[in-house]
Amino acid sequence: MADLSVNVCGVDFKNPIIPASGVFGYGREYEEFYPLSALGGISTKGTTGQLRTGNPAPRIAETPSGMLNSVGLQNPGIDAFIEKELPNLLTKDTVILANIAGATAEECAEVASKLDATDVHMIELNISCPNVKQGGAAFGTSCTAAAQVTAAVRRATKKPLVVKLSPNVTSITEIAKAVEAEGADALSMINTLLGMRIDVRTRRPVLRNNVGGLSGPAILPVAVRMIWQTANAVSIPIIGMGGVTTGEDAIELMMAGASAVQVGMACFTDPYAPVRIVREMDAFLEENGIASVRDIIGSVQPW
Amino acid sequence: MKYTQGKYPIMEKQAIAEDTFSFTLLCPEAAAIAAPGQFVHILPAGFGLRRPISIAGIDREAGTLRIVFAVRGKGTKALSELRQGDAMDTIAPLGHGFTLREDAQHVVLVGGGIGVPPMLPLAAYYGERSTAISGFRSFPQVILQSDLEALGARTILCTEDGSVGAVKGFVTTPLEQLIQEGVDQVHACGPMPMLRAVAQLCIQSGVPCEVSLEERMACGVGACLGCACKTKTADGEEKFLHVCKNGPVFRAEEVCW
Ligand SMILES: Cc1cc2nc3c(=O)[nH]c(=O)nc-3n(C[C@H](O)[C@H](O)[C@H](O)COP(=O)(O)OP(=O)(O)OC[C@H]3O[C@@H](n4cnc5c(N)ncnc54)[C@H](O)[C@@H]3O)c2cc1C
Ligand SMILES: Cc1cc2nc3c(=O)[nH]c(=O)nc-3n(C[C@H](O)[C@H](O)[C@H](O)COP(=O)(O)O)c2cc1C
Ligand code: FES
Repeated sequence: MADLSVNVCGVDFKNPIIPASGVFGYGREYEEFYPLSALGGISTKGTTGQLRTGNPAPRIAETPSGMLNSVGLQNPGIDAFIEKELPNLLTKDTVILANIAGATAEECAEVASKLDATDVHMIELNISCPNVKQGGAAFGTSCTAAAQVTAAVRRATKKPLVVKLSPNVTSITEIAKAVEAEGADALSMINTLLGMRIDVRTRRPVLRNNVGGLSGPAILPVAVRMIWQTANAVSIPIIGMGGVTTGEDAIELMMAGASAVQVGMACFTDPYAPVRIVREMDAFLEENGIASVRDIIGSVQPW
Repeated sequence: MKYTQGKYPIMEKQAIAEDTFSFTLLCPEAAAIAAPGQFVHILPAGFGLRRPISIAGIDREAGTLRIVFAVRGKGTKALSELRQGDAMDTIAPLGHGFTLREDAQHVVLVGGGIGVPPMLPLAAYYGERSTAISGFRSFPQVILQSDLEALGARTILCTEDGSVGAVKGFVTTPLEQLIQEGVDQVHACGPMPMLRAVAQLCIQSGVPCEVSLEERMACGVGACLGCACKTKTADGEEKFLHVCKNGPVFRAEEVCW
């Protein structure tokens, strides 16, 4: 068996595979299939300052090699998360990344400061959600807003801070650098790409919210490209995600520069995907005589 | 164990009407714990998302579950092309099913179109205490009437065009009549307009009614919050519940119609 352990900004992971935020709830449902300790970590559903009810249904649409979702950050709010979900998660012998979001930088900071008082291992700040003080454009689409929200959260917590980037931008490296400059310890990328589908018989969008986030195999090459560009532009580690369904996909993101890998939509196709991917990565490393998965991080040899 | 995933062999396949198929899957662990109203989540090969299909028969001795589905799009088309002996990648059993009323003297099972299949396990439970009202557009869509009768249910068949059956029109006409004669519980599954009408009628008449709802799903287990359904509590507070975990069966008064 190859050495699958990785370290991301000081946090040790037994293996690089982490179910992505929003697909895995707080782990309870998937624990029915396998022990959560088999996972490198878990990124929890995005949590905001107050309870959010989310968008009306339909929230899911199938797309070629992927899916759209418009769940809309439905969550019970940070207090309920800390009281009802986090204590249970912290007993699972796996790294817990608390994914957070907010409508203002102040809300994000408040959520982070509440988490700072807990034993959560990492905070993952989702900057893809709309910033109500800036006309609803996502924090993650402007360097200034991304820097501001990162700085506010950085002041609120000493926990390892991972900032999750939006791919819906012209230059991902500019945003990444802005976030790094404000004290992010790591980056995670990519969040979903904005998309839309129309039912041609009813002429109605399939999603009640009209538009939604695209994830799944369709976005894998976008993720590889953005991770590679970003890894060359910043010096903080990257947690990669986007369309990973096999061990080789995960290896590909790591070769592009990721130190760990999250798995989203693949959990829906195959609930065992995260643990299967760990096994497949191990097999790949064995077959290729690579002793440690750490040896492949950023090992792509570009032309 | 609440549910499990496996590649379960198809023991039997039958075309039972135009573009409508019945499959029997060998899945002893799931069959041992499945309950009426629960569903299975099937992955057509090569697709990214699974398809939710209601459980239409539970045989604990044989270790099998039956499903009945109509071809609606690409995924159900692909599933319909599988043959006896092939395997179906399935998570089962999922969801919260119907309340089984031991005390009920007369239960009405209302099925509309492809909503009729989940009435079969209920007919198996209630037997002669049940009347199954089934509604279809027209003769070619009619399914499962003899199956319901074999389980002891009295059947009332309705078609919108009157091509076959005792009633020309909607299921609510015979339901209204039965309610006047005395009904302890209604369980319903079918298209939204039918469920809305059935729920309204039951709420007005004070008859307990449960409905099985549909929503587009991703995980099927309650983790992704994809399959939201707006519900309200007795004090009128509205909130989203999830069809795959809190449902698919809800009490009629709970749903924001
Ligand atoms: C709890 C539950 C039980 C069901 N039981 C049955 C049953 O017993 N028999 C039966 O024939 N059908 C049943 N359905 C409906 C069945 O799931 C859809 O007809 C099927 O998913 C359509 O897939 P498709 O690939 O053919 O269509 P497509 O239109 O190609 O599907 C595209 C996407 O939309 C989803 N989708 C489309 N229509 C529906 C729908 N009505 N409900 C939920 N998702 C949908 C698909 O799952 C897929 O993700 C049930 C649905 C639910 C939610
Ligand atoms: C149903 C669903 C809900 C999601 N919710 C969140 C969320 O709450 N916060 C977040 O940062 N990302 C969320 N995401 C994005 C994923 O974490 C991930 O970045 C994205 O899906 C790309 O990975 P994938 O292609 O492996 O799915 C969600 C994705 C899906 C499919
Ligand atoms: S489909 Fe994921 S919560 Fe219901």
